[in-house]
Amino acid sequence: MRGITKAFPGVLANDQINLDIFASEVHALLGENGAGKSTLMKILYGFYRLDSGQILSNGQPVTIQSPHDARALKMGMVFQDFSLIPALSVMENLALFLPRLPAVLDVKGINQRIREVSERYGLDINPEAMVSQLSIGELQKVEILKLLLADARLLILDEPTRVLAPHEVQALFKVIDSLKKDGYAIVLITHKLKEVLECADRITILRGGRVAGTLLRSEVDEEGLISLMFEKKLGSPIVTHKRVSPEKAAPLLELRDVWTHAEGLETSLKGIDLKVNPGEIVGVAGVSGNGQKELGDVAMGLIHCSRGKKFIFNQDFTDKSIQEVRMSGVAFIPENPLTLSIAPFMTVLQNIAITRTKKYARLGGLSMDWQAVQADVDRSTQKLGFSFPLYILARSLSGGNLQRMVVAREMIDEPRLIIASYLTRGLDVQSTIAARQALVQARDNGAGVLLILEDLEELLALSDCLIVLYTGKIVGNFRPEDTNVYEIGHLMTGSEVEHVEN
Amino acid sequence: MLKTSEIAPRFPILQNKTIILGIRYFFMILVAFLLFGIILVISGKDPLQSYKDIFTYTLGSTYGFSEVLVAMIPMLLTALAVALPARVGLINVGGEGQLYIGAAFATFGALTFSNLPAWLLLPIMIILGMLGGALWAFIPGYLKSIGLVNETITTLLLNPVAPKIIGFLIFGFWHSPMDTVKTPNFVAAARLPTFFGTRIHLGLIIGLIMLVLFWLFMKYTRWGLEMRAIGNNAQAARRNGIPLKKYLIVVMCIGGAIAGLAGMSQVSGFYGVLLLNFSMSLGYMGFMVSWLAGGEPLGILLMSFVIAVIITGGNLLQLTRGVPYSVINLLLAFTLFVVLARPNLIKGKKV
Repeated sequence: MRGITKAFPGVLANDQINLDIFASEVHALLGENGAGKSTLMKILYGFYRLDSGQILSNGQPVTIQSPHDARALKMGMVFQDFSLIPALSVMENLALFLPRLPAVLDVKGINQRIREVSERYGLDINPEAMVSQLSIGELQKVEILKLLLADARLLILDEPTRVLAPHEVQALFKVIDSLKKDGYAIVLITHKLKEVLECADRITILRGGRVAGTLLRSEVDEEGLISLMFEKKLGSPIVTHKRVSPEKAAPLLELRDVWTHAEGLETSLKGIDLKVNPGEIVGVAGVSGNGQKELGDVAMGLIHCSRGKKFIFNQDFTDKSIQEVRMSGVAFIPENPLTLSIAPFMTVLQNIAITRTKKYARLGGLSMDWQAVQADVDRSTQKLGFSFPLYILARSLSGGNLQRMVVAREMIDEPRLIIASYLTRGLDVQSTIAARQALVQARDNGAGVLLILEDLEELLALSDCLIVLYTGKIVGNFRPEDTNVYEIGHLMTGSEVEHVEN
Repeated sequence: MLKTSEIAPRFPILQNKTIILGIRYFFMILVAFLLFGIILVISGKDPLQSYKDIFTYTLGSTYGFSEVLVAMIPMLLTALAVALPARVGLINVGGEGQLYIGAAFATFGALTFSNLPAWLLLPIMIILGMLGGALWAFIPGYLKSIGLVNETITTLLLNPVAPKIIGFLIFGFWHSPMDTVKTPNFVAAARLPTFFGTRIHLGLIIGLIMLVLFWLFMKYTRWGLEMRAIGNNAQAARRNGIPLKKYLIVVMCIGGAIAGLAGMSQVSGFYGVLLLNFSMSLGYMGFMVSWLAGGEPLGILLMSFVIAVIITGGNLLQLTRGVPYSVINLLLAFTLFVVLARPNLIKGKKV
């Protein structure tokens, strides 16, 4: 792949990327979320069309306009969420994907081939089993088998280990190894360093849509990879640290040994102990999908604890509903305002009112005091230095304005506890500073903040205390001045923990 | 006013959104009548004459017009029973069943407290009717709120159950000495008052009041605002601290209560007796009206009037032209089809 460029509205997802994939080699694509790994592979597999650049196959330029073209070039991709049909058997699923499916199924022949291929690569699976009854590890085997039977020579695996248990990961690596020996080319998309070092031959690190480096396995160690993955981003404005000495007051939010059940692809929290004290910003670091979203949801009361206790303002809130949590003075800034925070076909002003309708209700709820809403918004926006239109539909606001609206809304009642995910996503530099200052100001006035972010620099700048989540567990707890990006990077990618366990 | 003169449109009347909407619907119904005309021609009837019959009968005479209003009453309410839950994203197809159970509860009141005076008995029947409908709607509402079953399925599947319960009650306990398919006639105190010597009864006023209340409720109240937020984005509403489950159950029950009220007004105002299978798809009719009207109160008023004209006119065609009644269902189906298909040509006129 040469000079691959792909822009989405607002972001340059891939910028002049060169990538070489060789047969008999495992090529790892490493990078933070949003670094452009998946985009690049989806271009290769024909899901996205490239804006500029060229794809060469065996030296010949090719155009790939659809997954169909990609398959004709003997490529195959295993997605994060599998694409099997649960109601059919393994054999039927595999047969569906064969390049030339005959009108009448040659069941015996297909079964024979499945058995051959699966024995050869240790992908043992019963062809007659129903897909709906397979475990996630087995599903993945079927996905790989599917590609092998369809004659793919280049396999793209998108974060294959995300959903696997440790022993399944080992089995997968064995499969990859034997495939490699037989001349297959494998691309492994991941952000887990340990896996990369374990099984990759060539490593390309992406950062912010660009190649930060392509290295051979023998050339790198963990330090080198981490520094390439999380290099300091220039120009991010830093809010000055103003250390408030932690008072001896009771914590605003306290989680004691909290566990949750995961649904679907969610991550379950495992034994979380956490305290947010007054006048303290607690930063939560972690690669997305390691439990940060769930942590915020548990604090809000959206997910129930299967074990453990939750205290807010020193009262037991374990089984309280979201509105009770909110009414007690907790604000919530979710990671995606458009889907999680606003009603798109209502006006901005109405959207601001819906979090606290009781406050603005008059005549026992028969009428709403819109002037009071407006006064509140004006006060809040003035303080933050934001401005956005109030009388248009919320869906016509830009992403940045939406986020401003949500921040302004949540700050109206001067909350004592703020749970913020990706606070500054989509904001321009000035609004970013304003939003951060709002947080710091709230902190200085004695509020507690639980700040969930992926940007480590920003986290280190803002937090008074920092925890690191990995697979739903807290694996690190620091004061920001006692740590650095590298140490956190280690923990986020799971490398440190594994060493301890080994 | 100032604004319209500033833009200086050629047809100032077209600036009014409501009027445009009205024109759109008028054209759509025209198309439906054209299609139906073809059916009439095929079956050897004169479509122009048939339409003339329909309109002179329904709109040209006081009696006919009053009959249209009578047919409209239950549809106003059953349409509202669909429109209200639709505001929080619930699809209530169970108006039919809720109406039956409401009617049964009201009948229970009428038969049990028959010696009470009208000013006491009628409110009791209204409350019982609403309670019955609400209970019937509670089942799907609750199952939906705990995330177990989709309300569209449950409301629909409960519909055929309700008339069986009515049958059980009538055959088993309530049937009149003369006739096993209905209860004894209600006492006068259990009948909603009628007006001007026609069959128009108090249900019409109740229906209109409910429509106005619905409009005021959604527009001005705190709960209307929260309901709109849920209908817009339930996920966000929940995170913003709006008690989603409570709303799903309560709104479903209120919808059921309104359908139950329709049942009460039918047995008390129209029939004066509880008949087996009396509804004849009034609940489904309401579903159609609500969807045609886009859930808007004014639209419900207009559409239920139009449907009522078609139904009463159809009854007449049966007599004068020998057209089977089922053909009228064809005309209804055409109307539904045309409005739902909503040709782009007509949509383009929207300002």
